[in-house]
Amino acid sequence: MPEELYELETAIPENPIEEFLRMDRMPHIWCPGCGIGTTVNCFARALETSGLDLDKVAIVSGIGCTGRVAGYVRLDSFHTTHGRAIPFATGLGLANPGLKVVVYSGDGDLAAIGGNHFIHAARRNVDMTVILINNMIYGMTGGQVAPTTPLGATASTAPHGNFEQTFNLPSLAESCGAVYVARWTSYHLRHLTKSIKEALAKKGFSFVEILAPCPTLYSRRNKLGDGLDQMVYYRDHSEIRNGADTKSVALDFQGKIIVGKFVDRERPTYLQAMTEHFGKRLGDRYVPSDEMRKLLHAQDRN
Amino acid sequence: MHADPVGVLTGAHFIDGDHACSEGAIAAGCRFVAGYPITPSTEVVERIAERFPFVGGMFIQMEDELASSIAIQGAAWGGKKAMTVTSGPGFSLMMEHIGLAAMTETPCVFVNVQRAGPSTGLPTMPAQGDMMQARWGSHGDYEIIALSPNSPQECFDLTIQAFNLSEQYRVPVLFMMDECVGHMIERVVVPPAEKIELYQRRMYEGPRENFLPFETGKDLVPLMVKAGDGYRIHVTGLTHDERGYPDMTVGTQAKLVRRLVDKIHAHADEIIRVEEQNMDDAEIVVVTYGITSRTAIPAIEQARAKGMKVGHLRLVVVWPFPEKRIRELAGRVKAFVVPELNLGQMVYEVERCAAGKSNVVSVPHAGGTVHQPKDIYAAIEKSLRG
Repeated sequence: MPEELYELETAIPENPIEEFLRMDRMPHIWCPGCGIGTTVNCFARALETSGLDLDKVAIVSGIGCTGRVAGYVRLDSFHTTHGRAIPFATGLGLANPGLKVVVYSGDGDLAAIGGNHFIHAARRNVDMTVILINNMIYGMTGGQVAPTTPLGATASTAPHGNFEQTFNLPSLAESCGAVYVARWTSYHLRHLTKSIKEALAKKGFSFVEILAPCPTLYSRRNKLGDGLDQMVYYRDHSEIRNGADTKSVALDFQGKIIVGKFVDRERPTYLQAMTEHFGKRLGDRYVPSDEMRKLLHAQDRN
Repeated sequence: MHADPVGVLTGAHFIDGDHACSEGAIAAGCRFVAGYPITPSTEVVERIAERFPFVGGMFIQMEDELASSIAIQGAAWGGKKAMTVTSGPGFSLMMEHIGLAAMTETPCVFVNVQRAGPSTGLPTMPAQGDMMQARWGSHGDYEIIALSPNSPQECFDLTIQAFNLSEQYRVPVLFMMDECVGHMIERVVVPPAEKIELYQRRMYEGPRENFLPFETGKDLVPLMVKAGDGYRIHVTGLTHDERGYPDMTVGTQAKLVRRLVDKIHAHADEIIRVEEQNMDDAEIVVVTYGITSRTAIPAIEQARAKGMKVGHLRLVVVWPFPEKRIRELAGRVKAFVVPELNLGQMVYEVERCAAGKSNVVSVPHAGGTVHQPKDIYAAIEKSLRG
């Protein structure tokens, strides 16, 4: 590298999101052109403006490329087993309701092996923000077909093309009871950052699906170019339709991508429902957990 | 520290082993239980669901055993003592998360009220067929602690012990009941709260700078912190260094996995508990655990009445196995007789430790009921002749 270029690089000021990252773990494992890092940037910026005490934010990931996010973010972070980030987060959040719990994982992890937990956490309206990176493929294991792979797309375990119906995740989340449902792509940086911030502020099960390119395994195999080509595709083929009926936002192979905030509603969270129910049913005999008592006490004072 | 009196039903009760286990957990300070219905363990969580709203506990019925067995680990990192409860098929589903708890050193208790397998087997009938699964069921090398109660009273007492061991060594503790002990109704005496000794989780409270969450001292057990305390820890099932960061190298793998195993081996003498009767003159030692210890007693008494020198060694803690004690006895006694409600599992450990110096006779049973004492008696008689 020429001397002057080297100097230029080292002269770059510290990135403002560095305080949100474990810089001692860099470089990360993600490929050039991968969209996951971009979403982490948006997440960090959303945290920055959220007003949350970062000591009280915990992040839980499963397994896969996106599963590595927990390890790079300077929060209390848990890298659990494949598909089980949501039930871990459920236990963590119920044990310590003062925490803001974020689940950050991939489509294979949350929608395939973890699909059962996803629907039940949404049904219970457990207080957590689920950020799902949908790259339409199993990246970590080498590009196998996922429940999110579009019809006709090729994957290493669907070498002749995928013929299975694709999951429409916003519709799934809404029908199970999520209180906040949005979809963006890793191209929509400002919208996405704002959306994550909104999701974090929400009480209950909030869900943000983010389409992100996997140039190494999805785009290359399907002859869609590199990461930049996918950004161009996201830009040209996305349509922002806030409030869209989630039944109408299914994805297909290189088709139109409907993005936006689809659902924003109120419903008692699991803990609210439980506390209220036991309070009514059991009266003074009900003893909420120590942490719940503290939280209820703090709410009373406000 | 002592138990919180709020949760302790001091006095004499006439309850089954499942309910006694629930009361033991509450007395031990367990305040988070996640479970999924499965016979013959369901009564444990039913009683928890009934009792928890009055003692500041949180019970959640999860969507499956995979979820239950990791929800408790989330709760443990949220600061709770936590437990899940299941039987054979559910226990099989939980194996990956026993490994996770071992790897991340998450204190938690897994109760398995054993029924006969394999597969759906005999859902309402007893067996002891999961003893090796308890030790080896998750992939890779690790150590756990397992206890085996033989009465409702012990379901109470040893559940407290299970939590204490789990907290002390930051290890998953497996509470290996069986359908018989679970559904047997007997007198259970719950002592006053101040007579119940609890092991308090040892927490790190030092400065945040340079904190190494998986650094250990001589006892090989790291201090714990909980999420929300400001330490910004990372916990992963990947091979990790003392910072908790993934480090997939041969050296770190060896260091971590050896410590996870050594922290139990190094304390084996403190953890292991056996009960012995008539061992002074014993030529034959009947080795039992759980419900089988009770069916062995009439057989041993009958044999002794006929002048046979038979002793009884009952494993209260089954894992780690009392290797040292069996090695001491090997060669001094003629034979070990090992009745189990399986086709021979713990008998392999007895054989290994006997190392050919004493005969080892298995008294197998495919499960569904308990042994007839006469079958155990016949094995004792045969081993004396052999």
